[in-house]
Amino acid sequence: MQASTMKVLVVGNGMVGHHFVEQILEQDMNVEVTVLSAEPRLAYDRVHLSEYFTGKTADDLSLTSAEHYEKLGVNFHVNAKVSHIDKQAKTVKTEAGDVYAYDKLVLAAGSFPFVPPIPGNDQEHCLVYRTIEDLEQIEASSKQSKVGVVVGGGLLGLEAANALKQAGLETHVVEFAPQLMAVQVDQVGGQLLKSKIEELGVQVHTEKATQEIVSGDTSRYKMKFADGSDLETDMILFSAGIRPEDGLAREFDIDVGPRGGIVIDDNCLTSDPNIYAIGECALWNNFIFGLVAPGYTMARVAASHLAEGDLKFEGADMSTKLKLMGVDVGSIGDAHARTVGALSYTYENQPEGVYKKIVVDADKKLLIGAVLIGDTSDYDTLLQYALNGIDLPEKPESLILPSTSDAAPALGADALPATATVCSCHNVSKGDIVDAMDAGNCDLGSVKSCTKASTGCGGCAALLKNVVDSELEKRGVEVNKDICEHFAYSRQELFHIIKVEEIKSFDALLEKHGRGIGCEICKPAVGSILASVWNDFVLQKEHVKLQDTNDTYLGNMQKDGSYSVVPRIAGGEITPDKLIVLGQVAKKYNLYAKITGGQRVDLFGARVEQLPFIWEELIAAGFETGHAYAKALRTVKSCVGSTWCRYGVQDSVGAAIDIENRYKGLRAPHKMKMAVSGCTRECAEAQSKDIGIIATEKGWNLYVCGNGGMKPRHADLFATDIDTETLIKYIDRVLMFYVRTADRLQRTSTWMENLEGGLEYLKQVVIEDSLGICAELEAQMQHVVDTYQCEWKTAVENEESRKRFRQFVNAADATDPNIVFVQERDQIRPATEQEKQSGDLIATDKVLAEDALA
Amino acid sequence: MMSSNENWVSICQTNDLVDNSGVCALVNGEQVALFKLTQGEQEQVLAISNFDPIGKANVLYRGLICSVSGEDTPLRYVVASPLYKQRFCLTTGECIDDPEQSVSVFPARIVDEMVQLSVAS
Repeated sequence: MQASTMKVLVVGNGMVGHHFVEQILEQDMNVEVTVLSAEPRLAYDRVHLSEYFTGKTADDLSLTSAEHYEKLGVNFHVNAKVSHIDKQAKTVKTEAGDVYAYDKLVLAAGSFPFVPPIPGNDQEHCLVYRTIEDLEQIEASSKQSKVGVVVGGGLLGLEAANALKQAGLETHVVEFAPQLMAVQVDQVGGQLLKSKIEELGVQVHTEKATQEIVSGDTSRYKMKFADGSDLETDMILFSAGIRPEDGLAREFDIDVGPRGGIVIDDNCLTSDPNIYAIGECALWNNFIFGLVAPGYTMARVAASHLAEGDLKFEGADMSTKLKLMGVDVGSIGDAHARTVGALSYTYENQPEGVYKKIVVDADKKLLIGAVLIGDTSDYDTLLQYALNGIDLPEKPESLILPSTSDAAPALGADALPATATVCSCHNVSKGDIVDAMDAGNCDLGSVKSCTKASTGCGGCAALLKNVVDSELEKRGVEVNKDICEHFAYSRQELFHIIKVEEIKSFDALLEKHGRGIGCEICKPAVGSILASVWNDFVLQKEHVKLQDTNDTYLGNMQKDGSYSVVPRIAGGEITPDKLIVLGQVAKKYNLYAKITGGQRVDLFGARVEQLPFIWEELIAAGFETGHAYAKALRTVKSCVGSTWCRYGVQDSVGAAIDIENRYKGLRAPHKMKMAVSGCTRECAEAQSKDIGIIATEKGWNLYVCGNGGMKPRHADLFATDIDTETLIKYIDRVLMFYVRTADRLQRTSTWMENLEGGLEYLKQVVIEDSLGICAELEAQMQHVVDTYQCEWKTAVENEESRKRFRQFVNAADATDPNIVFVQERDQIRPATEQEKQSGDLIATDKVLAEDALA
Repeated sequence: MMSSNENWVSICQTNDLVDNSGVCALVNGEQVALFKLTQGEQEQVLAISNFDPIGKANVLYRGLICSVSGEDTPLRYVVASPLYKQRFCLTTGECIDDPEQSVSVFPARIVDEMVQLSVAS
């Protein structure tokens, strides 16, 4: 501990600069941290920048906020670009003229995109791809463009191409080298990657050196290549590599490398003993690290050195796994087998577009590199072999061959040494995880928040879960997933039992697999499963005792014990005649009327004995139940769509009505909401729904697992430009898979958050049919669709179920005197306790009695 | 133990009850929730006040019936209020989620297909 406060000034608030701030605050020392950011905003997630085009906002991407920094006691200034360093006085000056003093200065200025010196590269629609401001410009430019070209076929270039494609542009990639991703991928892999990307509609031009950008004939610009060919385009994105932001160091005499980069030692110190450099602006051992994980390591090293710790920077693993335009790509270590004596094994499956290569040392003992295209499922295991020097199995090729019975077993969590890195973003080893669990963090969530493992790129999520599960098992902790004391099964297991054993009632299930008589947890859960699988009438004799009150009385119970009445208004479309009927019924029974958020009408204040009479009238007018009371599909909201709207590109109302009618009545683990928007303006707010559909020129974009409400979640883009038939297929499968596998009362959003493998896994199951269950899911959905009935119609026509709607079994004309209303804004509302006691109340109506006599 | 001055009143027929669910009866102006528990051949009727003292509404008969087994207590039958889910014991009237609260309990029986309640006279 030092007595005096050390002033630490951080220049740059990118991911690495921000990580340094977090790290320095964790050291046991007195520091005053000041952050100067040249950008107009604080740190955000640049790794996931392309998600800006799939709907993430700048806020979604942010890693911190003004409030957060204030809470941490960090001083910060945005739009504060540093222009001077005075090493003697230990001050910096910004372009605006503000001067800041420091004891220690940390340069985390990052890098800037390299724009090749091509004549014509400075025109209006020639852009780069690095900051949110760049993305805003790209977005604006793409709206005035039809064709877009990315110059550079590396990792970032392909990300940028994906962004252009998502913006709806005809997209080209122009690469100087003979292949894509020449750093990470070998030639064969590069070739396969090219053909896969071309299949997705992006044209790849390799071995093209751009010489000039001139005005185009058919498009805005024309790119002229050295080989005499040319390419017309409306916009150009340069993504031809990065250059370290080392201008300040050059100008103020801090050593830089011959080809740029601020030279640092193993402590991340520059040639000035009071100045550190970290991240992409730093040059270590003549190497610039353009990935986030090594930058994070440098941040930790610098923080440690400031606190007189002994952490050293020793280089970093540049292995990477990612999805480029839906193509899985993985690269580990010496991908090109350049190590002396290195040997390779390759596996290629052209029909499925899979290429895998491993590189081993001369003794075939150690894995030193790998390339994976089209299938990266082996990446985690291979990386552990490479990073931890684990002895290879006798036949190393078994690691990449398709699994057969004699395949090498996957490297389990137990096989990893304590030093094995599980999360490379936050440098969390298996040992750190075990320590965290020893300290009492006994579930995945608390291990994550304690160690930060899997909170960076998230690539290690599956491995982390394996480690945690295997440690829990070692400790003899059995994770109890029993639904309640009456069934020693999870909801998913119960679903399976009911389906496979063809169990049709709760009693049969209880007798075979449970104990006691059940409870408020298992009864509705089983009731819901029975309804999802067999779709019997919920008020059938053997099911009635399972239902929550809302399902029993087919209405939503309000605080005073009265119910609300919500007829279905599919898609929010209603004729004037039907609207009049709603008004007449509401008036007759003196109900409070309100328009819901789901584009329908909610009528409140119905007494239990009034419900069948009200519904009889509604059904006669052509209404049916709206399932507002059920864990089922509620509404499909829609905007008015292409029929009326000037901007609409598809008939969103028609689609919403069809979808609502298809899925109405489907019982699920929780309620479900959907919406259809007729264009990208998204007036129906589909991206906050369990199932969201947005019209495109070519068809529909499908979003899944969004949520509004208490814990909003932006829905994930699941499929783009699909036709209506495919849309319905995918929704059938997603919903039925959710119904099968979710926990009780788990909305689709939390289901997705907890689904191992997440969105990609769901896509594999639903789009690629990786589990081979799609036909079954569709058939099950079709059964539910075919057996739909309006529960209220069945209920009012059935004497037995009608008997349930009595307040008293022994006094037909009596009503509950505790339900009383007062008038407010020309309608009824429940009286407060105080009002009830004062007795100054509006008498309740007697409509029921008259009706019963009629 | 039933008191000697008990006064059995016939309320309704057994077929007015619903297996493992509740109905409501009006007895001397008071609302009583009646629950029929059946397990195999066995059946019994239990009765408590219909007023939920926490939700302050006459709704308990619309709750779900549950069995609860504690570590030291024998198996108990309870109803979970449909409003805020607090559970009330059908034999003692205690609220097992909030010991401050309870509801009254009424002796009930079935005689010749008639459901009878004992009410204080």
